[in-house]
Amino acid sequence: MNVLLDNSDVFLTGFKNTGILFAFSAVFSLILGTIVAGMRVSPAPAMRAAGTFYVNAVRNTPLTLILAFFALGYPRLELPQISFINAAIVGLSLYTATYVSEAIRSGINTVSVGQSEAARAIGLPFMQTLSLVVLPQAFRSVVPPLFSVFIALLKNTTVAAGFSVYEAGAIRAYLSERGEPLLPGLLWVALMFVVLVLGILTPLQRYLEKKWKVAR
Amino acid sequence: MSSVLFDVPGPKARTRNVYMNIVTLIVVVGIIAFILFRFYQSGQFTAQKWEIFTFPRVQETFLKAIGATLSAFGVAAVGSLLLGIILAFGRLADTKWLSLPCYWFTEVFRAIPLLILMMIMYYGLPSAGVKGITPFLAVVVGLILYNGSVLAEVFRAGIESLPKGQGEAGLAIGLTNGQVLRSILLPQAIRAMLPVIISQLVVIMKDTALGFLITYDEILKYANLLGSQGQYGSPVVPALMVAAVLYVGLCLILSGVAKYTEFKMSSRVKVVKAKVGMAG
Repeated sequence: MNVLLDNSDVFLTGFKNTGILFAFSAVFSLILGTIVAGMRVSPAPAMRAAGTFYVNAVRNTPLTLILAFFALGYPRLELPQISFINAAIVGLSLYTATYVSEAIRSGINTVSVGQSEAARAIGLPFMQTLSLVVLPQAFRSVVPPLFSVFIALLKNTTVAAGFSVYEAGAIRAYLSERGEPLLPGLLWVALMFVVLVLGILTPLQRYLEKKWKVAR
Repeated sequence: MSSVLFDVPGPKARTRNVYMNIVTLIVVVGIIAFILFRFYQSGQFTAQKWEIFTFPRVQETFLKAIGATLSAFGVAAVGSLLLGIILAFGRLADTKWLSLPCYWFTEVFRAIPLLILMMIMYYGLPSAGVKGITPFLAVVVGLILYNGSVLAEVFRAGIESLPKGQGEAGLAIGLTNGQVLRSILLPQAIRAMLPVIISQLVVIMKDTALGFLITYDEILKYANLLGSQGQYGSPVVPALMVAAVLYVGLCLILSGVAKYTEFKMSSRVKVVKAKVGMAG
């Protein structure tokens, strides 16, 4: 308990930045993932190919490598410089978007054929079929897999600690600088993640799943 | 490609698709060209930055680093599969004394970030007086605890998806609970869950790269070390490109092997089914 109370500033800043990383990456990856999922079911073969290539390439690359590229490689490209936390948000969003797109694509497949057939029958073009009829239903049925993706994202934010972002994964480094006992400190971090995941996100997932269940 | 989202394209839609194809191509080629141009402009393709990769010593060490990644992956994969099976059996046990601890074990270890687990192993335990923890051990144990818990859920879902008659038939011919699980339910569950198990193996392969952050000498750590060589122009981007090619290659080989075994296994089942069909 002492480790936590004596270093509450370290823990607070750490988890605050974890929250920032999580919130921004969640929003950006949701937007990008939806676009990529739309590309992967679109009528134009080139769009499908581009979406598939992006998903397959990024999903087979370790997140650590992607974050390393944005934190260490990007500054060498003589482009406008970005801060480490923004670099981590870009990396996490690009990585998570592939999982979001796969979740949404599987959700699109669960929407019954009659829905999009009806939409086409009343003359809606592809974009409107997708955005007005299919996606609203698909989003509801992908709540459980989407939440699993975001839980993974929350845990993945810790990787950014390896690339100069002051977040929950970096608490160890700050504690070790102050000469605090590391094991209890790390166990507190682990406990907080257990509380965040099992105490908050998982119950929220169950609640939304029940609330937004599509009657079929 | 049969999609429910759009009709078979007519003449108008076909021309529109052609335009969409062209626009997509232009955008994709534009993005790739921009990235390559930036790489070229900032001198990432100069011979000086790539020279280091032509040294035999460097190539040998890269091979060693690949070996380190593969050995961590191999041990962790086998360990996770075993732990997953044990935990799944524990959760399906009749006694609460066994199933509840297994339930909490899987829930808790799936909720803790893998990197924090590795840090607890590598930094936490030695600070509390535990000796002999190497980076390899920390990486492997972290991977096994996390992926074992994930795989336990996969196996359990697989076993529960089987028709009830399977287990009941086993019990009816006098097998014990353990024998029913081992010789009837588990083989079928593994076959049903093979795609998920394979994608989890790819996850293990990718997550070995976390070892970089706790000083395990794997591909990414070595690439990073090469990137900091000042006398060769600090080839950070080339080194990361080489590492990316290696990781994507390893993951694709793994998925390829897995797809092949999946195909083999499913074709074997089909043959059996076909024979049964003919007999009936």
